[in-house]
Order: sequence, then C-alpha cells, then structure tokens
Amino acid sequence: MTTRSRSRSTLLLDILNHGALALVALLFLFPFFWMVSNAVRSNAEVMAIPVRILPTVFEWDNFAKAWTQLPFGRFFLNSLFVSLSVTVITVVISCLSGYAFARLKFPGREALLVTYLGTLMVPAIMLIIPLYLIVNSLGMVNTFQGVILPVAFGTFGAFLMRQFFLSIPMELEEAARVDGASRLRILVSVIVPLSMPAIGLLSLFTFIGQWNNFLWPLIVMTGTENATLPVGLTYFQSQQGTQWNFIMAGAALSMLPGIVLAILLQKLIYNSIALNAGMGGR
Amino acid sequence: MAAIDNLPAAPVAARKRWGNRLDRLEARTAFFFLLPGLIGMILFLVVPIVASVVLSFTNWKLLGQPQFVGISNYVRLFTADPQFWPVLRNTLFFTAEYLVLNIVISLGLAVWISSLKYGQKWFRVIFFLPTFTPGIAVAIVWMLIFAPNGFFDFVMGSLSIHMPSMLTDQKLAMQAVVIVSLWAGVGYNTVLFNAALDMVPKNYLEAARIDGANAWDRFWKIRLPLISPTLFFGTVMTAITSLQVFDQIYVMTRGGPGNATATLGYTIYQRGFQNFQMGYASTIAWVMFALIMALTAMQFWLQRKWVHYDN
Repeated sequence: MTTRSRSRSTLLLDILNHGALALVALLFLFPFFWMVSNAVRSNAEVMAIPVRILPTVFEWDNFAKAWTQLPFGRFFLNSLFVSLSVTVITVVISCLSGYAFARLKFPGREALLVTYLGTLMVPAIMLIIPLYLIVNSLGMVNTFQGVILPVAFGTFGAFLMRQFFLSIPMELEEAARVDGASRLRILVSVIVPLSMPAIGLLSLFTFIGQWNNFLWPLIVMTGTENATLPVGLTYFQSQQGTQWNFIMAGAALSMLPGIVLAILLQKLIYNSIALNAGMGGR
Repeated sequence: MAAIDNLPAAPVAARKRWGNRLDRLEARTAFFFLLPGLIGMILFLVVPIVASVVLSFTNWKLLGQPQFVGISNYVRLFTADPQFWPVLRNTLFFTAEYLVLNIVISLGLAVWISSLKYGQKWFRVIFFLPTFTPGIAVAIVWMLIFAPNGFFDFVMGSLSIHMPSMLTDQKLAMQAVVIVSLWAGVGYNTVLFNAALDMVPKNYLEAARIDGANAWDRFWKIRLPLISPTLFFGTVMTAITSLQVFDQIYVMTRGGPGNATATLGYTIYQRGFQNFQMGYASTIAWVMFALIMALTAMQFWLQRKWVHYDN
C-alpha cells in the first residue's frame, strides 16, 4: 500500500468515525426535539394517531400561555428563588467553615472534619421523614424557609472550600494580619476574591442541584402557589384532560437554565469532573 | 505566625503564655466561623439521623402519640409485609441492570469521543445535557414518547415489531424506567471517563504502538487498567444513586402496573407521605441504607481484583 492511499483510507475512516458518532448524538438529542415539537402544536395534534413528527401549525405562543395560564411563570420564579437562596446560604456557610478548617487551629479540628465528611455518606432519601417532622414542628410546612433551610447546610461545600483555601499561599494573608486585619476581614477581602473558581463551581452545582430537586419540595410545598417548577409539572401531568402541549412547554422552560449553563460553562464543568477523575478512588 | 515567632526579645515563659492566649483567641474565632454551619448541620443532619433510628422502632403515624414497638417494624418488614420482597427485588433488578448498562455505555461513548480529532468537547456537552436538566421534566417527556400510540409505539409499528405499550406492561415498564434513567444519567460518567482517558500519558500508548500492540490490546492492557480507579469511583457513585431511584418512577408509573416498578425509594415516599406511617417508612429507609453500605463494601472488596493503582 502506498503512503498516499493509506493516508486516504485513514482519512475516510476518520470521517466515518465522526459521522457515526454525530448520528448517535442526533438520536440522543431526539427527546429534546420531541419536547419542543410537541410544545408548539395544538393539544389535539399531540394526541393525533398516527403521531406527527412536526406540527402542521407552529404555535409558538404556547410558551407564553404556559408561562401565564398554568402558571409555569410563577413556578419558574419560585424555583429561581429557592435555588438562589440555597446557593447563597451554602456558599457563605461553606466559606466560613472551610476557612476555619483550613486556617484556624482549634481542638477537635480533625475529628470534626471527619464528621463532616461522614455525613456525606448518608443518602438524602433517608432523611426526608425526620426532616419533614422537624419542618412540621417548626411550623414551616408550605413555606419557602421550610424548603430552603434543610437543604442549605450540606457539608460538601465546607470540604471543597477547605481544599481550595489550603492551596492559597499563607504569605498573602500574613501581610494583611500584620496590618491588623481581622480574620473575617481577611476571608472577605483576601481569600474569597482568590477563590472564585471554587466558589463558582460550588454555586453552579448547588444551583443546578436545587433547580432539579424534586422529592423535598414535593413533600414540603403542599400548596399549588408555592410549588417549584418540577413539582408544578407533576400537578398538571396527572390531571384529567391534560394539556400536554403546555406541559411540554413547561418542561422546556425547566430545562432551559441547565442547558444554557452546561453549554456556557462546559470548560468549568469538564475541569471539575476531571478533578474527580484524577482523584478517583484514591 | 512567622512574624510573631521572629520577635527576638520575649522571654520563653511569657511567649508561651502569650501563645496560649493567641490559641484561645484563634479557637474562639474558629467557633464563630463554624457556628452557623454547625447549627444547620446539627438541626438538619445529625438530629434527623438520630430521629430516623428512633422512629424506626416506633409506630408513629404523624397524628397521635408515637409508641415504642421494639424491632417489630423490622420483623414485619421481613416476614409479614407482602410488598417488601417484590420491592426489594425490583430495586436490585433496576440497580443491577442500570449500573451495568450505564457503565458500559458511558465507557463506550468516552472511548469513542476520545478517538475523535475534532469536536470532542461538543460531543461531551451533548451527552452531558440531560444531567443538568430536572429528572422530572426528562421523565415527563419520555412519558409522552412511551404513551400508548405515542412515538415509541409508532417506531415499533413501523418496524413491524408488535409489542404491548411499555408503561402499562408488567414486564416492560421497568425497562422503560431503565431507558429513561440511562438517557438522563450516562452523561456524567461519559465526561468522567473521557477526562480520565485524556490523562493517560500519550507516550505509554505510543510506546505500545511501536511494540506492535493493536488498538484492541492498547485499550484492554493499557488504557483500561490506567483509568480503572476512575471507573471504580464512577461505579460506586452510580450504584449509590441508582438504589435511591425515585423521580422517574413517581412520574411515569407510580410504582405500577401492579407493583412492577415499586422500588425502595418509592415505597419510603408512599408509606411516609401517603399512608403517614412515619415509623415504618423509617424502617424501610434503614434497610435501604444497609443495602447501600453492603453494595459499597462489596465493591471495595471486589476492587482488589480489577482496580490498578500506580502508587
């Protein structure tokens, strides 16, 4: 075989290889297409037998109707409020605890850190019953604080921030300490600005985790008006005469933030998962 | 601290006392830094864990007084509850099938993506997308796909494959749940394994190629052993989450038809929040925890046989 024909055949293989995976990826994306395609047609056409791949008339205003009539707009804002609140609380608490673990000496530090790590092994579903009873006894059923507070104190963030703070050179804060700055001042004005990659990562995964969370808000939010988007979606899913087109529009709305973030922040996400890959099992 | 230690004139005893006072000050600062997190952790993590143990030995039904009933919840679960064994079987069946398929598919995709010259990151993003979307929305979209006379039945009909509608069939409903879970879940492991493959030193593979190893051998003898710690990590994490499966089942089948897709996670919800048997539901939760621990321990024991650490 001559060099030229060999390189031509590897080129052909290369194109086939890319093309085949592109085909798999297209098939993989089909549920997204099906969701949008059914969101922008009449409900009668969602139910049509045999199925239609594309709507005969594109009803793009179904998104506006789902937002105002069902009220997915309200649910969207509820979800946004819950997710952002949990994220803010988690980041603040994690920075404070992470700093104490990384930089301050106190009796029982190692034991407490191990305890924090140990709680990570407890699966969330085990805690929902006692958590519900606690929220109930605090009179916080069907309130936003009832949904937000019990999930805002995860211990993973403290560990993540500790690891990151340890990588920041000690000299940077010693200069500030000689100038008489308090620990809190140092954390806020020296350490936090240097830790934006870790804070960004913690915020992203906390926000998405809460945005997608279902079981906990399902249990706490007993009233329709306070429902988060995933909980709201299931209200209408089980109704008689379900308006599937609006539900698909609502599902698309609920997926939008995650999809946008996954595309915009793909490098951050890849790097953070690569970190897990590098540490895997060690 | 270095600045203080370098002070030359302080006598040893005075420095020590001063040091102790500084230590106390530092410990007090640490206490205030940790306090908000500690209060939250104790109230929403430690107390619930303890309460869960206590509850599992009571017959509390939310209204009325809880009564201590010893181990009778556990006895009833294992010997008298007609639902428990089918539910346990469903959970283990789902976990086994989902775990194996998830790892095989995500590893396959990761290897395939890493073989590409162009567009690796875009393929990674595409397969990762469902991971960042609400499981409930994913399940609702797939419910429409699997609906009687829906898209899935349409495709099967076009291929002249005659089969009952997935979600209403005793045997097929769990398969539908597995398919949806796979679509929603393979992305994370795909990116994880792909990242691990990217870290395999190029010169190892080059050296093997020069020695005449073909692509097949390079995969099984070099790349797979080198990424086996990551593969192990992905397997353990995936097993833990799949034992808790809930969202897809709540939306698509509510445990049905019959109790063909009722899993431990779904049963905890049902007993706790539909029948308000808080005590009994806590018992089931502890059985699930024991199962998670047992499966994780088993995987750690098995890893000696197939996971290679280079240090």
